[in-house]
Amino acid sequence: MTINTLAKGGCHREQMACFRKMEKVIVAMQDPDMGMKMRNQRLLITVIPHAMTGHDIITWLTHKYRISEEEALHLGNMLVKYGYIYPLKEPRCLVLRPDESPYRFQTPYFWTSTRWPASELDYAIYLAKKNIRKQGELMEYEKERYSLLHKRINHTWDFVVMQAREQLRASKQRRKADRIVLECQEQAYWLINRPPPGVNNVLDTGLERPNNFSCRVTLNSDYYKREIEACRKALGRNRVKSSICLEGFLKYSEQYLNHDPIMQGCLPSNPWISDDTAHWTMNAEIVPVPTRLRVERWSFSFTELLNDAMGRKEFMTYLEKEFSAENLYFWQACEDIRHGENSKIVEKVEDVYKNFLAPGAARWVNIDSKTMDKTLEGIKRPHRFVMDDAQMHIYFLMKKDSYPRYLKSDLYKNMLAKAIVPQETKKSVFPFMRRQRHSSPSPAQTATQAAEEEGLAKGAGANSAAGSHF
Amino acid sequence: MACQGLQKGETLESLKRESETLKKKLEEERNKLNDVELHQVAEKVEVLSALSIKTRRVLKGHGNKVLCMDWCKDKRRMVSSSQDGKVIVWDAFTLNKEHGVPLPCTWVLACAYAPLSGLDNKCSVIPLSLDKNENLAAKKKSVAMHTNYVSGCSFTNSDMQLLTSSGDGTCALWDVESGQLLQSFHGHTADVLSLDLAPSETGNTFVSGGCDMKANVWDMRSGQNIQSFESHESDINCVKYYPSGDAFASASDDATCRFYDLRADREVAVYQKDSIIFGASTCDFSLSGRLLFAGYNDYTINVWDVLKGTRATILFGHENRVSRVRVSPDGTALGSASWDSTLRVSWSFSTGSNYIFRFIKLLFWVNSRLVLEFTVAF
Repeated sequence: MTINTLAKGGCHREQMACFRKMEKVIVAMQDPDMGMKMRNQRLLITVIPHAMTGHDIITWLTHKYRISEEEALHLGNMLVKYGYIYPLKEPRCLVLRPDESPYRFQTPYFWTSTRWPASELDYAIYLAKKNIRKQGELMEYEKERYSLLHKRINHTWDFVVMQAREQLRASKQRRKADRIVLECQEQAYWLINRPPPGVNNVLDTGLERPNNFSCRVTLNSDYYKREIEACRKALGRNRVKSSICLEGFLKYSEQYLNHDPIMQGCLPSNPWISDDTAHWTMNAEIVPVPTRLRVERWSFSFTELLNDAMGRKEFMTYLEKEFSAENLYFWQACEDIRHGENSKIVEKVEDVYKNFLAPGAARWVNIDSKTMDKTLEGIKRPHRFVMDDAQMHIYFLMKKDSYPRYLKSDLYKNMLAKAIVPQETKKSVFPFMRRQRHSSPSPAQTATQAAEEEGLAKGAGANSAAGSHF
Repeated sequence: MACQGLQKGETLESLKRESETLKKKLEEERNKLNDVELHQVAEKVEVLSALSIKTRRVLKGHGNKVLCMDWCKDKRRMVSSSQDGKVIVWDAFTLNKEHGVPLPCTWVLACAYAPLSGLDNKCSVIPLSLDKNENLAAKKKSVAMHTNYVSGCSFTNSDMQLLTSSGDGTCALWDVESGQLLQSFHGHTADVLSLDLAPSETGNTFVSGGCDMKANVWDMRSGQNIQSFESHESDINCVKYYPSGDAFASASDDATCRFYDLRADREVAVYQKDSIIFGASTCDFSLSGRLLFAGYNDYTINVWDVLKGTRATILFGHENRVSRVRVSPDGTALGSASWDSTLRVSWSFSTGSNYIFRFIKLLFWVNSRLVLEFTVAF
């Protein structure tokens, strides 16, 4: 199956949106009042007007968007990568340098979005011009592409050469400064639209997406009728006032704050920072003594208790004491039906009926008669969701009754009391003495890549030693 | 699908108009209960102390763009898939590669800890074993079949059922054992790019987002579209539930991430900034739901304060688009996959306030004892 990376006929919607936004930034940068101050730059013996330094660009972006210099450098770099600003020194290296290096705005004629997509013919003319202007000026990869194009569009080659000659003649009549500028602009355009091998193609958008005008689904009367039906249902639904719902998020985030290692760290230490896996060992699925945070979490909601294997076991023990363990067994059996293999549904439903629902069953569960009747009816033609109503009934029974009593019980309180609160590991004073991590060689890797990895790992180690901060 | 045909007096135009009127009415109804904004309610919440999140592990080994990654339940292993046609299982803690599975298809778009799906329209489940000598590719089992590419997949609560989203505009629920289609979900009008299962008590719903700019919430049992949100201005690349299941976030090509409350039935926050120009391709919440990590096409990861709507910090490091971000199951680290062929693991060093308190305590102690000791944070 081939992947089409160019949309059929239309343009990449996503790319176009980004181009428009970048163009807005560029236009703002050139605003006579609020824009950047330009100056003349010397390039060897020629003076090029309307240029700016990398430093200027970063300062302007920092002020305009109220962002850090690092972010401004990154944003500016994107503008250079996409060809809206090009460097005058080292024109083949499309990188924004935060120093006095001179840059210039690309003319809208050569914006990628203006001449989209870049045409093969234009590229051929460009390469032909370079070739004619100065023998041997083409780089290796350009020579290869030139000969490939020559083969492919051989039938129009006369036209290509003629155009190239014409454009060269026209440019000779310009002032030297203008000529250099035009050459720079054109070169920048092609560096982006036909990047040299090994350089990232910024215009690569990966998988093809359809354009706005072709839907996967036909907008016929059926579709609109479904939409209308869905809207009517939606209009009838119960909504909750914002002031009530939104409080819920505040409460949730606050409740879980201490459990969020990214916000508050974790005890005894974050294994990723300290290289010590104690935190994972202490919080394994089954441990002799759980941590305090873990036991506390069981009190946050019934789902938290059930989702934790140990919590569920404890709850089962409690229910056994209360002689209502059949509820939890029933719930588990229903979950097994809901999420289990299709082929086993019939036999599982049989088992559930025998063990929990049949009169005189060993673990008979107390369900209201309406639900029981409905379930028994459904069992005649068993399917994955046949136990849902009964399961829901028992779930809410446990949640409203057994669960709150469990939290007040001695069993839970004792668990909480003897739960561990791990000691925070003292951080090493000498961070650079920690072991360096090296990646293992890939099954399909060459020796050079492995060596590169070693080098980078050492580099990362040096970085972490240097970066100490409060 | 056979067309029902128009009733007497109906035209396509009239149906379209009726649909649009109803949609407007729905918006009005939703706004009636909109008595306060999230960031207003969040004013009383403490401002986040300065986050210090650093990338400290770089996983190299893929030969091309890494398109997807997911964490294993053991909190340290990851699986990643790449355009080079390989799926690699890593122990991210030691940087060791544990399995490398070559696949016949080169665009492996989605992998959840086990199933893999991609441009060959199929979703395959590969059982992983500890025996390195086993030829895992041979054990691969084809499960899902769509008429277009499969963009995302997720196991439901067990590894017996698989939910997939596809470029053919539908989502589908499959039985892994038999490969049978259990339920299909129609309602999107363009490619569905992402889906996420709700962490709710009843565990019956999931949300999907697609190129039609809509995010839809579905009932897995009936196949019905329960709720629909249409406020993005471009393709929705990723949808993710808030940990409580009462809301979800979406990341889109319009360079914003949005937060939708399911009980209020509307969008309650937009995470955007003038300086963020490129589309967001992926998002995930921190364990408490306070932070939203979003990966963008300008190679950065922006971290948003979900409640206040502000940006907490920005992570640099990747050298090409970030295709996936995922917080580890216990919330200790953030994994990110990128088109620069690497995966990175980042985590937060203790927030500034802890150290300031330590430092202040130290100062008091110093004053009374005249002894010097330094605690260095790194």
